[in-house]
Amino acid sequence: MSIRGKAFIAGIYEHPLREIPDRSNSQIHAEVAAGALADAGLSFSDVDAYFCDGSAGFGPLSNADYMGLRLTHVDSTETGGSSYVVHVGHAAEAIAAGKCQVALVTLAGRPRSAAMGGGRGGFGDPTPDALFEGLWGMSGAVTGYALAATRHMHEFGTTSEQLAEVKVAASLHAQHNPNAFLREVFTVEQVLDSPMICSPLHRDDCCVVTDGGGAVVVVSPEVARDLNRTSAKVLGHGEAIKHAENGRLDLTYTGAVVSGPRAFEEAGVSHADIDYVSIYDSFTITVIETLEDLGFCEKGKGGRFVLDGTLVAPHGRLPFNTDGGGLCNNHPANRGGMTKVIEAVRQLRGEAHPAVQVPNCTVALAHGTGGSIGARMGSSTLIMGTEDA
Amino acid sequence: MSSTLPNPVPAVSPGSEEFWAATAEGKLLLRHCDDCGTPIWYPRPFCPACGSLNTSWFEASGRGTVYTFTVVHRSGVPGYRDALPYVVAYVELAEGPRVMTNIVDCDPDQVTVGMPVRVVFHDTGQGNALYRFQPDPSAGADR
Repeated sequence: MSIRGKAFIAGIYEHPLREIPDRSNSQIHAEVAAGALADAGLSFSDVDAYFCDGSAGFGPLSNADYMGLRLTHVDSTETGGSSYVVHVGHAAEAIAAGKCQVALVTLAGRPRSAAMGGGRGGFGDPTPDALFEGLWGMSGAVTGYALAATRHMHEFGTTSEQLAEVKVAASLHAQHNPNAFLREVFTVEQVLDSPMICSPLHRDDCCVVTDGGGAVVVVSPEVARDLNRTSAKVLGHGEAIKHAENGRLDLTYTGAVVSGPRAFEEAGVSHADIDYVSIYDSFTITVIETLEDLGFCEKGKGGRFVLDGTLVAPHGRLPFNTDGGGLCNNHPANRGGMTKVIEAVRQLRGEAHPAVQVPNCTVALAHGTGGSIGARMGSSTLIMGTEDA
Repeated sequence: MSSTLPNPVPAVSPGSEEFWAATAEGKLLLRHCDDCGTPIWYPRPFCPACGSLNTSWFEASGRGTVYTFTVVHRSGVPGYRDALPYVVAYVELAEGPRVMTNIVDCDPDQVTVGMPVRVVFHDTGQGNALYRFQPDPSAGADR
């Protein structure tokens, strides 16, 4: 069974704030849920399925209670920042199987205003891997991604200038987004001159830290037909876990090598059909490796691929992250998968900022990454199209 | 510099008691599978290569090469944040596994991918020691 054409994204909402010191996480979940449902023309009473990550509370129970949802299908799959891309895929599967009609997916978190829980959502005993990896001064996610970047540079000759091009492209888009956390246009030199955090990654190779959240509503074709709102059709989805392989980990690739082909196959489209991509951009190296692994360029050539404005909308060869991405716009709850889906839907609706709207955008790809490419990670690829795609 | 790295006390969990006890005697133990022979990392009484529950300890050579590394210039980790810059690395042991660790006794700017290293142990004062790696001149490779 394929999910192609069996589900539609009818509503999206990105929280406009980037610093939220005075609200609970549950309140932000409810705000983004209300926003996405209003966007679709639906109400809370229409929702029969709910999807959230492991930080939302006691699985899906807390927010179902908070929002008064009446649910017959739930999923709290936790794969870090890729969770919400997974959730859209799982929602489409559930809708295709007749389990539900209106699936709500939400994300919220306040890493800027309040310390987030530790790894694994801050619950339970530390896992055995953490006992062996928590001793060496790993300072947040950046250290693991830096380990990957060093190895990628060693094997393929990737340079810091090439990494910086990713930030530059994101910033060229963020300047048009009034809600973006960083709206200044960066140059390669500025990125290279920013403080080194974990070599070879500079401060400006890193995403922003922002409060906030987002939501999407996935519905059945029957529900979508009755709405006065343009939906994005779900065409294909793939997901994968890549881990440390019993200590034989290879940091030069990501789980996208598995999730990407599965999504393309289900969608029945080729790379040439993709008009726009949302690529998870926790760090600049994340984008380089993911573009290679999704097959947009040869393995090891990602650094060269992003030169000459490849990623810059609207006229680059492969416009990406037109909201400014996690690198400049928003990385709510330290998790960028939700905003990746949201901007792809904006593009398919023709509702991205006019300066970065890709002309005739009919097929878009959103890719989420969770955990760390420096150890164990989730990857999820979602391909969507316009209603008649 | 690396000589001032903190020595956080590892949380010893079921399945790793012998590993940490051996570090106090300057031994780096690895687990391997008694059925398929694969060395296992991180240590666990289970073979992720073949699914066997028959595993046992053996002493590793303590030698390896740097698979990848990063020089940490900004850190929020207690103890480590006072020891900047320091090196976090994956060392590929001669037995195969790539192990997260620190490179010490070396200017961070001198660390390279492929550099031969050997294990050193830093006492935590709590009956065990941290396995870190220093340049291995006896390997005779160019650095």
